[in-house]
Amino acid sequence: MTEQINQAINREYEAGFVSDIESETFEPGLDEDVIRRISTMKNEPEWMLEWRLKAFALWQKMEEPEWAHVHYPEINFQDISYYSAPKSMADKPKSLDEVDPELLATYDKLGIPLLEQQMLAGVAVDAVFDSVSVVTTFREKLAESGVIFCPISEAIQEYPELVKKYLGSVVPQRDNYYAALNCAVFTDGSFVYIPKGVRCPMELSTYFRINEMNTGQFERTLIIADEGSHVSYLEGCTAPQRDENQLHAAVVELVALDNAEIKYSTVQNWYPGDENGKGGIYNFVTKRAVCHTSAKVSWTQVETGSAVTWKYPSCILRGDNSIGEFYSVALTRGMQQADTGTKMIHMGKNTKSTIISKGISAGRSNNSYRGLVRMGPRADGARNFTQCDSLLIGGQCGAHTFPYVESKNPSAIVEHEATTSKVSDDQMFLCQQRGLDPEKAVSMIVNGFCKEVFKELPMEFAVEAGKLLEISLEGSVG
Amino acid sequence: MLSIKNLQASVEEKEILKGLDLEVKPGEVHAIMGPNGAGKSTMGYVMSGREGYEVNEGSVTLDGVDLLGLEAEERARAGLFLAFQYPVEIPGVSNLEFMKAAVDAQREAKGEEAVSSKDFLKMAREACKQVHLPAEFLKRGVNEGFSGGEKKRNEIMQMLLLKPKLCILDESDSGLDIDALQVVAEGVNSQRSPDRSFIVVTHYQRLLDYIKPDFVHVLSDGKIVKSGDASLALELEEQGYNWLTEQREQSA
Repeated sequence: MTEQINQAINREYEAGFVSDIESETFEPGLDEDVIRRISTMKNEPEWMLEWRLKAFALWQKMEEPEWAHVHYPEINFQDISYYSAPKSMADKPKSLDEVDPELLATYDKLGIPLLEQQMLAGVAVDAVFDSVSVVTTFREKLAESGVIFCPISEAIQEYPELVKKYLGSVVPQRDNYYAALNCAVFTDGSFVYIPKGVRCPMELSTYFRINEMNTGQFERTLIIADEGSHVSYLEGCTAPQRDENQLHAAVVELVALDNAEIKYSTVQNWYPGDENGKGGIYNFVTKRAVCHTSAKVSWTQVETGSAVTWKYPSCILRGDNSIGEFYSVALTRGMQQADTGTKMIHMGKNTKSTIISKGISAGRSNNSYRGLVRMGPRADGARNFTQCDSLLIGGQCGAHTFPYVESKNPSAIVEHEATTSKVSDDQMFLCQQRGLDPEKAVSMIVNGFCKEVFKELPMEFAVEAGKLLEISLEGSVG
Repeated sequence: MLSIKNLQASVEEKEILKGLDLEVKPGEVHAIMGPNGAGKSTMGYVMSGREGYEVNEGSVTLDGVDLLGLEAEERARAGLFLAFQYPVEIPGVSNLEFMKAAVDAQREAKGEEAVSSKDFLKMAREACKQVHLPAEFLKRGVNEGFSGGEKKRNEIMQMLLLKPKLCILDESDSGLDIDALQVVAEGVNSQRSPDRSFIVVTHYQRLLDYIKPDFVHVLSDGKIVKSGDASLALELEEQGYNWLTEQREQSA
């Protein structure tokens, strides 16, 4: 049975192709000069460069964290190239017609058509390729309702006041090693501003693609939902199949002002490496939201890719009555390692948080949930509910749970439930006895296990996530 | 239809079936009775290809197809259905989704097209009605939080949808009250037809009051030790199994 399951899981990575696109790529290496060059490439104002240099100085004094339950060889930050952009982007295409067709073809191949007429109605896309945003669709339409959706490099020039006010306000530069590095070298990402009282008329999404060899992708996303506004945002990520590891260190900051709501969904499918652990993306990401009075932020993530994942989308529940949610499916197979979870920091009164984490481990992988629930002294009547389920497929994988709870308020309530189960022989046999082949059986059982999380994803993406899981599990049964 | 010859099988190196012979013709209902540990459930598992059940000798053919050479799912697609004694839960997978996938997989194997969701829903609702399960059970996870009786009825509901050639009911009466027992029996009786056969495995005679068997066999220590008509079941009810096993010991 185990062998059968493993076969079903070890299927080829479908997004592993390389696009033949002429790029301008920096030589590997990192120093102040590289940061100045990035800033120049992006036509940045002086204050931005200073902000980067300050972060770089901080980063140099910091140490790489080692507390996560993951193992990987030491990263040499001088071996990485910190900027790569398709040459065709140098003179900024004004419209989709001017974008390199090879770039459009790349996204097409990934199932993300960028030509507006072919797109899913109601979804606006920002496509980030290596270090630059190549296209942002439906901008005019969004602008009609006052929504700003653009590459962050552009926002720095066009909306400096907003960027200055909020960049680094949720994740400070010195927050952690990778965040500090990101502050110094980030190249692009998405910027979203939803004005007061506006319900964003479309789903917003960003697709990140790493293409060049030996480059790191350091994207930066900033979403500001002004008072009483509402937005749903999705990010997807893929990368070519390569023998070398590549670093992806992103920072995402969400600001939900009073009564605002942000729903942030991720379908992460970076190249996971081969079954012996060769190659794959190191996904070291800091994602955090701050919720003001009665605001709500919901993180939903489906993590199937990356060789090593280190990621804890968190909510700081600063305002009274604010709500934080975290729904996660993390699937590891082969030699993948994931250390992921969330932090819910309850500061305001009557704040509520819900954490539903589903970890699925197969092959020789290791899957850890790490979560912190902190009830501050002012958090009267705060509540948290955590449910943490692990599903094991086969006998060589590991599932680990590291829940941390700190309560400084006696009226706060924290609940934690955890289960560990296996795809049982009984379940497999029932499915087979009804005529289902083992692969279909495993994917059905796993999809059932994840249902609570999938139902939180926007409709189109729930289907996509289910399929992705099916693909990832193919060959895992035997 | 079904022909079992000299079937010998073991579980974890322990020999359970020790030369089982059974012939079932189309349309017949055979009851298999016997004491605990006789190998009744093992028989169903071996026939349906459950992993861990090793066949050492013998053959099982269904309409001329050698079942033992097939994977479990292929046997199911060949028309073999096993109603489980202890149906397992599959949390989060709805009954409807599960059965649609099963029916489609079986149709695909026969080169038939998948049923439309709309038609399937109709069929599934009809099947639920027949076993007195509210249609909302289709939305619930497979056996998730079902009572013992509901699980058993759910098995029969699945049988109704799959329309197998040969159904093995593994103690489908255990743990049922009389009403549920009747529902299960009605479901089975409604499916009796000249081209469908049943093997009803049971410890008690009670079920056979409702599902009239054509033949009754006593399985003991991995072999069929006595066969007869429906009256044998009544005899067993009165006298228990000991007289049979003792008889065997004396003759041995």
